[in-house]
Amino acid sequence: MLSTREKELIAEIWGRLTPVAEDIGAEALLRMFATEPGSKTYFSHLDISPSSAHLRSHGKKIVLAIAEGAKDISQLAVTLGPLQTLHAYQLRIDPTNFKFFSHCMLVTLAAHMRNDFTPVAHAAMDKYLSAFAAVLAEKFR
Amino acid sequence: MVKWSDEERKVISTIFSNLDYDDIGPKALRRCLIVYPWTQRHFSTFGDLTTPAAIMKNEKAAAHGIKVLHGLDRALKNMDNIKATYAELSILHSEKLHVDPDNFKLLADCLTITIAAKMGDCFTAATQVIFQKFLCVVVSALGKQYH
Repeated sequence: MLSTREKELIAEIWGRLTPVAEDIGAEALLRMFATEPGSKTYFSHLDISPSSAHLRSHGKKIVLAIAEGAKDISQLAVTLGPLQTLHAYQLRIDPTNFKFFSHCMLVTLAAHMRNDFTPVAHAAMDKYLSAFAAVLAEKFR
Repeated sequence: MVKWSDEERKVISTIFSNLDYDDIGPKALRRCLIVYPWTQRHFSTFGDLTTPAAIMKNEKAAAHGIKVLHGLDRALKNMDNIKATYAELSILHSEKLHVDPDNFKLLADCLTITIAAKMGDCFTAATQVIFQKFLCVVVSALGKQYH
């Protein structure tokens, strides 16, 4: 359950990070590939080495989708409609990977925002990313 | 038995030797109590934990955070037998404190994020892998004596 203040905080943080979407996204992916090697199996068709163009563009795509969702969290199911279909019928990513990615995104945010990644911001972000992942997986079955 | 490379031992010992326990301990536990409020169930004697602001000021939570962080010193000193090192503490958490072992993972994740916030860019993906491996072994050892 996200309070009004938490929704504002989330929108504010992602608004600030949109200019560095590529950096944030690539780093979160890299952290996930390092800590959960099984997650790499979904990227065998791409070059996901550090600083690769594929990694950066893919990271950017993911962060921009997360940032877009943050603008109106109550409309997540609408905003994510096409992505829901993509993930359910084409990508078919095992949903545990959403949890791994969310954790690595939180670590990335902590490393970038340092003391600004307060426990309150962390709690709000964890809830948002969980909700985002749940909506993304809604069409899986 | 868990194997540690020289590099892994070095990374872990460097993180802990540079750690201000009095700063990071309270931060990690307070973060856990705020991000995962159900963990507060074990701390009914700590006083006011009703809001994040109250948690951030709670002295008992701070003191306990320091104690828990120092608890990791045992693993540091016995990297090659972490399981046996925590057998007694595992029994304590199971039979006396009645802590769901899933909670250990939650606190471990909060500690990881606290350290990431402190180290910034220095908390590289490679460092994260090693630190999480260490905490994973500790968490597993703490859950080992639950029957």
